[in-house]
Amino acid sequence: MIRIALFLGLLLALSGCSGNWGWYVVDPRTTSGWNNLRFLLSGLEYTVYLSAVAITISMTVGLLVALPALSPFPWLRRASRVYVELVRSVPLLVLILWVYYGLPQLTGLTLSVFWAGVIALALSDSAFQAEIFRGGIQSIARGQYEAAYSVSLGYRDTMRYVILPQALRRILPALGNQLIYMLKMSSLVSVIGMQELTRKANELVVVEYRPLEIYTILVLEYLVLILIVSSGVRWLERRLQADES
Amino acid sequence: MSAEMPEDSAPLIEFDAVSKDFGKFRALNGIDLEVGRGERLVICGPSGSGKSTLIRCINGLEQIDSGRIVVDGVALEPGGRGARQVRGKVGMVFQQFNLFPHLTVLENLTLGPVRARGLSRADAEATARRYLARVRIPEQAEKYPRQLSGGQQQRVAIARSLCMEPGIMLFDEPTSALDPEMINEVLDVMTELAETGMTMIVVTHEMGFARRVADRVVFMDAGEIVEMAPPDRFFTAPESQRCRDFLQKLLHH
Ligand SMILES: Nc1ncnc2c1ncn2[C@@H]1O[C@H](COP(=O)(O)OP(=O)(O)O)[C@@H](O)[C@H]1O
Ligand SMILES: [Mg+2]
Repeated sequence: MIRIALFLGLLLALSGCSGNWGWYVVDPRTTSGWNNLRFLLSGLEYTVYLSAVAITISMTVGLLVALPALSPFPWLRRASRVYVELVRSVPLLVLILWVYYGLPQLTGLTLSVFWAGVIALALSDSAFQAEIFRGGIQSIARGQYEAAYSVSLGYRDTMRYVILPQALRRILPALGNQLIYMLKMSSLVSVIGMQELTRKANELVVVEYRPLEIYTILVLEYLVLILIVSSGVRWLERRLQADES
Repeated sequence: MSAEMPEDSAPLIEFDAVSKDFGKFRALNGIDLEVGRGERLVICGPSGSGKSTLIRCINGLEQIDSGRIVVDGVALEPGGRGARQVRGKVGMVFQQFNLFPHLTVLENLTLGPVRARGLSRADAEATARRYLARVRIPEQAEKYPRQLSGGQQQRVAIARSLCMEPGIMLFDEPTSALDPEMINEVLDVMTELAETGMTMIVVTHEMGFARRVADRVVFMDAGEIVEMAPPDRFFTAPESQRCRDFLQKLLHH
């Protein structure tokens, strides 16, 4: 991963010499370049915040949808199934438009761009989270439930202290993938005017008319962000493993 | 019923015509059994004969399909809800140990007492350390299960059950998953537990343990209790042919 980043950096440095590039738009040595760069980076906060809030909600909803999928009652399993199938068959972009423009008409509530984005992202991701949680919980051996029940724990405590902590360790890589997916998909919320990374880049392109350089910066912004996240997830995995051995 | 029975003579565990089906398969077929307070019962029998199912019915890990089980005054009936109440009185030790791998030994031992019995953490830890000393691994408290040998893990599992202060202990082939050299360290702990007067039901094929410790030995086959007798009679003069065959096979391998 580090090597890919270095390679890209090198490529950029070289291409800067070729004459077709106009790096001045984001040259930190000039006032306007520095301002443009700051303008582009100012979307970072929203991208991160939006993704963080959305994934917190989608994990919670995902868990709440996964639990009935594992229940002994067929109608609960079916309800969970229907939710997953329904939600994951709607394209995210369509969901964003529907939540932002449609939902307020349906409910009479007006939604801010931010919360419309959060709801759409969380809803969309929750179907995948439900599948991940279901798989993770199912992978825990039956003996763990039986041991927990035989020291008098009820269902809730068994899930909370015995099953979920083990399931979470197992699904951590998948959760990391979902977070990365979320960071990337948050760019779609730019269509309803969310001032995140992609929207900022679009706005600057309209003013400066330098799409190549500005979108290259955008690519780099996502790349660095996601490299940081994925190494964070791997660090956490290693720490949890070290804990037990 | 005018005359009340004195409490001590009433059985602690009572099976009354208990049957259990898995789909069309009958795993237990009309089991009648009484176990007195302080009694040690050993159950043996071929694989698939229903030994595990029988003891798992006692703490409600399996729901029975007909008949009735009474455990220390709590009734377990088909579709009934006595399981949670019974589990407070019954400890269980599994063939595969089933320790919680993400928790330390000490946390394995205190989880039930703190969450289900409402003990303070300090009290639960004190109890846990006492039982760890009793199963002779006081120094392993801070380790994780996978850092222990099989014999040590099974002793932790026994201590975990004892921390719930149960009146009855169930053992489902506690030494079957162990390397031969670790079997005795677990059997010794169980023998000592028997000497404290604990009511114990032990599914095992360790016949030496049965001879030493059991008050009665039960032979099961095809979901039924075929033979039940004190060890001296059980091993010298079994009545049924099936039991004789089974003992023959055990001795000759
Ligand atoms: N959960 C289950 N579902 C279906 N069949 C089962 C289940 N548990 C046990 N059985 C069946 O019931 C019979 C008795 O099993 P068990 O009590 O485990 O026997 P034992 O402990 O004597 O080897 C076996 O034939 C087994 O296949
Ligand atoms: Mg068995």
